Parts: sequence; C-alpha cells; structure tokens
Amino acid sequence: MRSNTTIFASLLIASAFIYTSCGNGGNGGGALSNAGVAEKVYVAPGDYDQYYEFFSGGFSGQVSVHGLPSGRLLKIIPVFSVDAEKGYGFNEETKPLLMTTYGFVPWDDSHHPKLSQTNGEHDGNFLFINGNNTPRVARIDLSTFETTEIIQIPNSAGCHASPYPTQNTEYLVAGTRFSVPIPQADVPISSYKENFKGTFTFISGGQEPGSMDVAFQILAPGYDYDLAHSGKGVSHGWSFFTSYNVEEVNTLKEKNASQYDKDYIAAVNWKKAEEYIAEGKFQEWPSEYYHNYYDDHTHTATSTLKKGVKVLIPSECPGLVYYLPTPKSPHGVDVSPTGEFIVGSGKLSADLTVHSFEKMLAAIEAENFDEVIDGIPVINFDAVVAGTVSSGGLGPLHTEFDGRGHGYTSFFISSEVVKWSLETYEVVDRIPAYYSIGHLSIPGGGSMKPWEDGKYLIAMNKITKDRYLPTGPEMAHSAQLYDISGEKMELLLDFPTMGEPHYAQGIHASKIIDRQVKFFPLEENNHPYKALTEAETKVVREGNEVHIYATMIRSHFAPDNIEGIKVGDKVFWHITNLEQDWDVPHGLAVMGAQNAELLIMPGQTETLVWEPKSEGVYPFYCTDFCSALHQEMQGYIRVSPRNSNIKMSWSLDDDVFGD
Amino acid sequence: MIIKKTSFFSLLVLIILSSCGGGSGDEGKFKPQKMLTFEEAVADWKNQKGIGPIKSIELGEFDAELAKKGEEIYILKCTACHTPEEEKLGPAPQGIFKRRTPEWIMNMILNPEDMAKKDPIGRGLLMKYNTVMANQGLTEDDARAVLEFFRTLE
Repeated sequence: MRSNTTIFASLLIASAFIYTSCGNGGNGGGALSNAGVAEKVYVAPGDYDQYYEFFSGGFSGQVSVHGLPSGRLLKIIPVFSVDAEKGYGFNEETKPLLMTTYGFVPWDDSHHPKLSQTNGEHDGNFLFINGNNTPRVARIDLSTFETTEIIQIPNSAGCHASPYPTQNTEYLVAGTRFSVPIPQADVPISSYKENFKGTFTFISGGQEPGSMDVAFQILAPGYDYDLAHSGKGVSHGWSFFTSYNVEEVNTLKEKNASQYDKDYIAAVNWKKAEEYIAEGKFQEWPSEYYHNYYDDHTHTATSTLKKGVKVLIPSECPGLVYYLPTPKSPHGVDVSPTGEFIVGSGKLSADLTVHSFEKMLAAIEAENFDEVIDGIPVINFDAVVAGTVSSGGLGPLHTEFDGRGHGYTSFFISSEVVKWSLETYEVVDRIPAYYSIGHLSIPGGGSMKPWEDGKYLIAMNKITKDRYLPTGPEMAHSAQLYDISGEKMELLLDFPTMGEPHYAQGIHASKIIDRQVKFFPLEENNHPYKALTEAETKVVREGNEVHIYATMIRSHFAPDNIEGIKVGDKVFWHITNLEQDWDVPHGLAVMGAQNAELLIMPGQTETLVWEPKSEGVYPFYCTDFCSALHQEMQGYIRVSPRNSNIKMSWSLDDDVFGD
Repeated sequence: MIIKKTSFFSLLVLIILSSCGGGSGDEGKFKPQKMLTFEEAVADWKNQKGIGPIKSIELGEFDAELAKKGEEIYILKCTACHTPEEEKLGPAPQGIFKRRTPEWIMNMILNPEDMAKKDPIGRGLLMKYNTVMANQGLTEDDARAVLEFFRTLE
C-alpha cells in the first residue's frame, strides 16, 4: 500500500511538473486535491524556500536547518556534540567551546532553539539553544550558521526550561528540570525535601556576542521546572516557568509526582529582580562556570572560568516570584502574541488552562493568595484563570499562535493538533498528527508577530512507525507540515528529521539571506598560526612539538612534502585556506589521525593535532571535492625513528626549505 | 563541489524544459554562438575584452601608489598560483599588456568561471593549465589596483 501511495504521489508531482513546465498557463491544479497539495510544497530546482526552520537535534546535541515549505535539509549545525564531518570539537580551535567545570563534555541533549528578538519580533541575528544534560546555553550566529558562544549554568541540573528570550533578548532564561542540592553537597537522596532546590537563571548579553553571562539566579523550592516563556507586550518584564513534582518526591516520579491536582506556573518579575540587584539585596555565591567564545577573526574559541554568581532569595525579595496554580503537571507554558494570555498545558489533563496577565496583576494588588511557600505567594486559582479550553483531546503539551486570534495546541496522547479561539476558548478545528506529537511550531508563532499571520504549522512527532520506508528498529523522527492559512488545517507533507527534533523555530528567509558571510577575508585573519601566503609557510620544531604553517588553494597544499618528523612528536597542522570564494572549503585528512578531518572555510585557519606512532611515509589529502584536480590535492609527510638525525625540511615543487 | 554539478544539472533541466516550451517567442535564446578558436582569439587579442563587468577602461598615467596597493593584493590573493615572472600553476603576468587588453585582464580576475567556460582565450588557457582560475573575491577597485601593478612588470 505504502509504496503504491508513494508512487502515486510521485506521479502526481511529476505530472504537475510536466504540466507547468510545458507552460499552458492555468493554475488548474485544484481538480486533483493531492496535486494541489504537491504544488504547495514544491520548490523548483534552483528556487529557494520561503522559510528557514531551525530544528533542535535533541539527543544528537545539534541543530538542523530545513527549508519550508519543501522540508529539505539545508544544514546540520554542530552545537553541543562533536562533529567529525566539520572537525567541530576535534580541531584545536573549537575544542574550548565544549569546556565545562566537569571538563570537556563532547555531547549534550539540545532542546529548544529560540531566535533572538527585538521588540518581540524575531530579528534574525542569533539562534540560542539549551543543553539539558550538562546545563549550558549556546549562541549560533546566523551570519555564519556556526556556534560561537556557550555559557555554562551553575547551580543547575536539567537545563530544560530554557532559553526563552525576553522581548528584546535582554535575558535568556534557564529553569532547573531536576532539583538538586544547591550548592551541590553529599547528602542522602532521601533528604530531598530538606536539601533539594531549583533555580531560575537569567543570562545577559544575548544581543552582544562574547558577553553572555549569568546576570543573576533565583533560588526556588525543589520542584521540577519544566518549561518557560518570557512575557511580551503587556507582560514584558516577566518570565513564566511551569513546574511539576510539587510533591517533592525523589523516586518513581511517574506515579508519585502526579498525586496533586495542581502544580504551579512560577511568574518571575525580572524587572523587580533588577531592582533588588541594584539595591544589593543578593547573596554572592562562589559558584564556578565556564564561558566559551569563538572569535571569527582569530577563528579560535577561548574558555574562561568564571567565579561567583548573584543569588536572589524570594523570601528576602517580596514581589519577585508568584505561583499560579495550574492543573495536572503542566508541561508547556505559552504566552499569546499580545502577552495577555499565559497558557498552561496540564499534560495529564484534557483541558488547557488560560491565565490572564491582567487578572494576575489585579490578584497580586489585592493580595488574593491561598498560601505562601518559601516566600512565594500562591495566587488564588479562580482569581487568575481567564478560561479553560475543553479540548476533547488528551495530553496537551505546547501551544503556538497565529496572528488571527487562535491558539494551536499539540496533544501527545490523542496525537493531534487542536485549534482554538483566544476569544471564546472554543475548539474550532482539529487534525491528526502521525504519531504522538510533542512540540509544534508556527514560524513566528512564539513571538509578537507570526509571519504572514501564521501560514504553516510544523508538528514534531515522537513516534514514526510506518510513515517512511522502514530502516530497522529506529526510524528518523517525523515532522509534518500543515497549511493553517485557511479555516481548516490541511496536512501537506511528512519529512524526516535528525536526532530528536525536540522543538523548532522558523523565520522568513528574507531576515537571514542578506546577512550571510560567504568567506572570511584573509586581511582580517588574526589566527596566531596563520600563513596568509605560500611565502609565509614553514615548519617549526619546538622540542617534540612540531608546528606546520601551511596553506591550501585549488588544488594544492603548500608545503606538500615534509620530512624531519619523528615518532613521539606532537604535530600541529595549522592550515589556512587561501580561497576567497563562496562555498570553497578544503579538507585535511592525515592517515592514522586519531581525531577527525579538518574542514576549513575560505579564509579560515584550523589546526589538527597528529601524533604518529610509527615511522614511514604518510599521505595527506583534501577531503572536500574542490576542483577538477581535487584528486591531485595531496601530499606526503615522512616520519623517522625517534633518534633519527634527519633534518626538518619542507617543499612545494622545486622550492625546498629547511633547517 | 556539489553545487557545480547541481547547476550543470539545472542547466540541463532548463534546456530540456525550454525544448517543450511551445513557442513563446524565446527561439534562439539558447542558440550557441560560434566561438572563436583559441588561436583565432589570441591573434585578435587587441579586440578581446573578455566576459564580465569591465566593458571599457582607460589606463591613463601610471599611478605608483595604486600599483603598490595592487602588489600587496597580488601577493596575498594571487601568489599561490602566479609568480610575477615565471609560470607556476598559471601564466606569469609579466608583459601581459603585450598579449591581453586591460578589460580582458580585469574580467579574468573578476569573473574567472565564465571566462573559462565562455571566453575563447579563457577556455584555451583552461585547456592548457588544466584548472579554472580561483575567484579570489577581488572588488573592481582591487582588480584595478592589481592591473596597475602589472604595469610595473614590463
């Protein structure tokens, strides 16, 4: 059946293609509805997609970039995990990006890609993403599509409620999904209620590359803080975090943390926090964390160990944090485009709880509180709730919005997308997802201005099963594209994604295209081991370390014959790509190298460390097909015994140099 | 590079598509023009301006400062393949004004891909040197400065 459908679809696409290519005018694709669908996602060869969609790689630790509406994979950006293809985390220049107080951590679980915002709208400057396992937040520069900065979050575990920037990216936030002893301590796990805490972290410097830092942290009761969203418009100045496990249990959480009818959404007034910081009402804790920054001029990352964070304690800072009771272990907390509605999705519930920001402020003013927990007032549920969406579905997780007054909520258990009205809280449409949808994404749907008022919706599904040709026990996760521009949602396309596409954000291509760096100017290369011309190439021995300053251009290395290396040497290949043309990287592979290749962008310098274990002559070559003479782009390096007295020499063609 | 294969493929698709085009007045759009042979073009070099952004250029009086700047650019961007006086991977620029027009030289620097494919001399040089010259991202001002430097290589 499946292959028949596939063939049929291909035929339809093919026939649509032939039809348009022979150009008899006419947009008459409507007669066959599937052909109409095919046209909506068809991007002709050489044409561009309308949107960039940035998918989390989930447990791959990376970010993948797809085009919409085609679903085509454009790029995988290595972020928290090493990537042998690009040499990321293997070359000397990018290793420092993965430095933490736990040492070099070459993997993480990346969760929520979030675009930088200006005035509540996606500005196209940067993409941020959190690493859940070893708490970190990374910056990807959208002019190079490269990870350029990673900050570690101290006093945290399970950095899940992150990064969710504020309206002008004043802050990125991070809540702790796993409460732990804060500061860390050797205590019995059974002392959870007594010793375990959570934190809300606010990271500054989002719009200034190189300056990300932990501005302050807020100590919170030991719940699991799951997801977040920062306020905007009317609620600008606040950030919201969901929690579960208000039961504060430390075992069999799937049962024991689901006992109470309601958990809380924490509402944090970060402008108030700024006041308390300015007044000095914080504790200075000696926590340590790493800040890692990659400079596009030295083409090198540096790691800096930071010491000390400012911590605010809610009981000492009235008005800083409030709890909004929300039924059934809420997962997503999503803020409507105007900032007025805060939607909590109780994942064990059928219903959505919509809180009103205006009502929240009034309840705070009237001190309409049920109780106070560790200095945090719990606002009366009826005083803050604006409405309930009785969905008929099961297991709501996340909501995004169009610009026409609708919320779209993913339902994991009933595997569907439900569209509802922000005015009446009534369900107006629903459509199945295949299968078990987690996050969903409307380009711009988490900002104040959904692109084109909401044209597409992408479902990210946890289970794939029979959607594609089977590939053994594991299938690539499935994303689905829906057209939401009309009254009824329409499924357009399935496409596979990398790792676990936990969440995704989309942005109109026009915000990204014009800022692209096509090569790095040689004149601006400040790498300490650069060689900008072949005349600058050399090989320098410093004890048992050997530094090769080499260049590459279509299609040769300079030098390409090197002698005088000895067993036991640590050889640093510093290679500068002299190309000044778009999309002409060269690679370097050395036989027996125990790390990876280098993939060097035009104008960039990168370094591979190679420690030959035995004597002989080793070839090296370019891995990235660069010209008609790419196969000729190769060289030899001779390795002599430890006690050899072979002199260091290097050459290209008839030009021979040496000691 | 994969991209080049893709564009080649796209070109094929375009040609195939246009072949079923149904006569919208585009006849002749893809009609290949007769290209001079390398020998014919070299003999006619004084009229060969090349293909690219430079249509006409007056050299004027020699500008030593501009030539100095051009030499710096040349050293940084060109010497991996061209030495001033001896053939390396490509021809040496010494005496180039005795065999090429200023327009042709600048177009070769600024538009080497098209020059290799569509210009009769550029194509001949590709056959001789077995490689398409790298586009080193020079601006028109950069290329003009390099041209001035070449005036010192009589």
